Formats: sequence, C-alpha cells, structure tokens
Amino acid sequence: MTAHLRHFAAAFLAAMLLAIPGAAPAERVVAGLSRDAISITTNFEGSEILIFGAVSRTAPPPDGAPLHVIVTVEGPARPVTVRRKDRRFGIWVNTDGIEVDAAPTFYAVATTGPLLDVLSQTEDLRHRISIPRAIRAVGTGVEDLPNFTEALIRIRTDGGFYQLNEGAVDLRDQTLFDTSVRLPANLVEGDYRTRIFLTRDGAVVDAFSADIAVRKVGLERFLFNLANGQPLVYGLLSLAIAIAAGWIASAVFRYIRT
Amino acid sequence: MNIYLPIAEVSVNAFLLLGLGGLVGILSGMFGVGGGFLMTPLLFFIGIPPAVAVATGANQIVASSFSGVLAHLKRKTVDLKMGTVLLVGGLVGAAAGVQVFAALTAIGQVDLLVRLCYVVFLGIIGALMFVESLRAIRRARASGGVVAPRRSRGWVHALPFKMRFRTSGLYISVIPPLLVGLFVGVLAAIMGVGGGFVMVPAMIYLLGMPTKVVVGTSLFQIIFVAGFATIMHATTTHTVDMVLAILLLLGGVIGAQIGAGIGVKMKAEQLRVLLALLVLAVCGRLALDLLLMPGELYSVSDAGTAP
Repeated sequence: MTAHLRHFAAAFLAAMLLAIPGAAPAERVVAGLSRDAISITTNFEGSEILIFGAVSRTAPPPDGAPLHVIVTVEGPARPVTVRRKDRRFGIWVNTDGIEVDAAPTFYAVATTGPLLDVLSQTEDLRHRISIPRAIRAVGTGVEDLPNFTEALIRIRTDGGFYQLNEGAVDLRDQTLFDTSVRLPANLVEGDYRTRIFLTRDGAVVDAFSADIAVRKVGLERFLFNLANGQPLVYGLLSLAIAIAAGWIASAVFRYIRT
Repeated sequence: MNIYLPIAEVSVNAFLLLGLGGLVGILSGMFGVGGGFLMTPLLFFIGIPPAVAVATGANQIVASSFSGVLAHLKRKTVDLKMGTVLLVGGLVGAAAGVQVFAALTAIGQVDLLVRLCYVVFLGIIGALMFVESLRAIRRARASGGVVAPRRSRGWVHALPFKMRFRTSGLYISVIPPLLVGLFVGVLAAIMGVGGGFVMVPAMIYLLGMPTKVVVGTSLFQIIFVAGFATIMHATTTHTVDMVLAILLLLGGVIGAQIGAGIGVKMKAEQLRVLLALLVLAVCGRLALDLLLMPGELYSVSDAGTAP
C-alpha cells in the first residue's frame, strides 16, 4: 500500500471508531440503600430496605418508549432437593426428585410495570432477572422438570422468600425512583446482592449493583460459631444446661411443696 | 414475642415453644415417655427444619427426663438397678441401630421405612395396651375397686442369671431386661426417639414390673440414650440449636414435675389406658399422613438431607 492510502485508511478507521456509540451510556443509574448491613439479633423480626436513586443524563430523555426500572434483591444461593409424592401400594411416598444446584434462599423483584412489558426475554436470559431465571436446575431423568421448578417457586413464594412486586417501584419524572423491599425474619446469613436495571423498550440501558451484608451478631453469632467450631464443647454445654434446668425445676417444686 | 434461632435460622414465637415444651414435659412425667415421637412432628409443624428438630428434641428430652426422674426418685419409684441393666442393653442396641440406619440410608427411602416402623409399632403397642388396660379397669370395677396385682407367668421367669430387683419387687433373670433394652436401643437409633413408648409397655407386660415403678425407671434410661444422641448430633451434623433447646426445656422441666405429680396420683390401669390412647392417636395421625393425599405434592429440602 502507498503511504497516502495507509494514512487514509488510518483516518477512516479512527473516524469509524469514534462514531460507534456505547462508549459511555447516555443514561446512568445512581443509587443508594437505606442500610447496607443487617444484624440478626435475638429478636430479629425481618427488615425493610429502602432502595432509591436517580437517572443521570447528559442529554434530555429520548422520545419513544418510556424508561422503566427493575430492582432485584438476591440472597445467598444454596443447593436444594425438590421431591414429589405419588401413590404406591395405597400410601403416598416420595418418588421423583430433582437436585437444584443453586437456588437463592431469598429473591425479590420489584418493577415499575408488568415484567413482561418492561423486560424482553433475551435480556432476561442474559441478566437472569425474573425468578425462574435465577434458579439453576439440572434434571436427571424426570420428564417434567418445569413442574418441579414451578413447585419450588410456588412453595417459596407462599413463604415470602420469593417476591414479584410489579409496580412497586415509583419512578418520578423519568428521573427519581424508589422502592422498599421487605426481608422476612427467617434469613440466611450472607451477602444479599441488590441490582438495579434501567430498561427502555425491553432492553437494559444501565445496571447497578450493591451488596447488603446480613450477619448474625451477639449471642446468635457466638452460639453459631461454637456449634460449628467446637461442637463437642457445645454439645456438652447443651447437656449441662439441660441437667441443670431439670435439677433446678426439681428443687423449686420441692420447695413449693414443703 | 419472636426469637431468632441461630442454628435453625428461623424466627418463632417464644411462648409457643414454652407451651410446647411444657405439654410434652407433662406427658413425659406422667407416662415415662421421652416425648420425642410427639415433639419432633410438632416442631416440623411450626417450621423448624427436620435435622434441627430431631437433634434439639433429643436435648430437650434429657432435661425433662432428668426433671421427671428426680421427682420419681423422691417418691422412691425408680428402680435404678433395673434401669442400669436396661441401659446397658440400650447403648449396645443404639450402636447397632446406627449401623442398620446407615445401611438403610444406602438403599434410600429411609424416611418411608421410618414412618412405616412408627405406624406399625405404635399401632400394635397402642392396641394391645388399650385392650389390656380396659380389661384391668373392668376387673377392678367388678371386684369393687380392689386390683389384683399383675404377675406374668411362664417362660420369662424360668430363665437363668436371676437378680433381685427390690424396687420393682421382682426376682427375674437379667436376660429379658437386656434384650428389651437392646431392642429399644435399635429402634431409638433408627426412629430418632428415646424409646419410652416401647420401653414402658415392655416393662409392664414382658417384665411384669408394677406400673408405678415403670415410669421413673424408663425416664432414667431415656436420659442416657437422649444424651448420647444429643452429643452425636452436635458433633456430626451440628444441628443442635441451643436457643430452641433452652426455650423448650424451660417448659419441659416444669411440665415433667407437674406430670410426675399427676401420674402417681392416678390408678395404674387408668394411666395405662391414657398412654394407650395417646399412642393410638399418634399412630392414627401418622397413618392418615401416609394414606390421605397431601395438600402439596411437592416438598423442598436442603440438598442431601431427608425430606
């Protein structure tokens, strides 16, 4: 190639690179949480987290499809077994079962509108936003795997561990948003990941994530550590308490009777 | 007032647990049963995970049994010698039973086998005891309130190695108590209970011990079996929840004292009839669970544990 052609090619390439959009998103989400740590004390009865934020823009909002916000809070994932009963020889027994590699112990999704309108299937698959996508199941030999995952979602939703709250996110002026998520009392320790997605036309425009540390504290922490770290001491301590309680009750009743 | 349990990782009403412990404690003091066969299903019902329920139940049983034994010791209704013989058989049986349980787990469907065992044993024992005690009550009424002492005859009393058991007023061979203890120990390891509901009828009918002494002696043996189980669970699966145990046993030790007081005031046959009804009721409930279509066909449990 001649020098002139090389210079022209370089300039042309540079111009093309600068013209490619997406180097910096036009709309960015800036968010905060009312608390970034939850301490599980003895009288813990659940907790409410306020998630709020704003959309930062360099240009006025584009015309066309409105902006939507999706907020998810995900607890630590644990493997679970889902079993189904069937009737054999007159009694109901567990027959089939599936092993789920990782199902979140808690999962809440809050949106500004119906999830089907707000998010497209491909974006859902990519970011694993809706509840069924958050569960990773490997079926072994059962034909109706979807029934099992459906049952898992149903059972956990009834218990308040999985929540789908459509319309629970307030979006003002396509700029400010807030929502509140209720965490139940039966929480598993770990880091709870909060994700916020801005979507337009079903596609994700920007995403933000932050972690909430959920930990047992005080007496709860001490007992948990003792039970797992020094189990023999813990076991003997439990027995000692049991025997002492029996002795004291006996002494008290003897005193009452005389 | 709700309390968060550190090992179970659930939050439950503290007063509910106190009441539950108290109720099972009363039954324990009255009948000489550990209460595990009642406590464990009730704990499942209020949302405690099965592994934690079984392990912590064993802990609570130690407390209420100890309280009950002290109450009976004061009234001199514990046969320590007999209790020790039963215990020796029981520990050997429990060790063997753990092996059997491991073998059953390898086959799978352990939960079903355990449930069937419960239904079969509770059913047979409950029915036999009910029939016998009704007959005894009728006989007592017919003879104007005078109860002829029960004396079992025949082969049990013809065996060698006899020992004198003063508190029970018996002079029998050590072989039957050892075998009874062994059998109960095996069942305890497989079904996760103290074994009282098998031990008490066995002592009454097979060994011919007076009902008054049976309750205290059974509680004595249960303390050790349940204590052994607690240590085993704490060191292997780490599923004993001390907060849950303390709440249950606060109610349990008080209940056991009350129950022991009620039990010694009642007539022996009445006590047997009530225990028979209780055993039949639990058996019926378990059988219904197996026979009726459950509301929710699917169940979710932590991977690798029993449903």
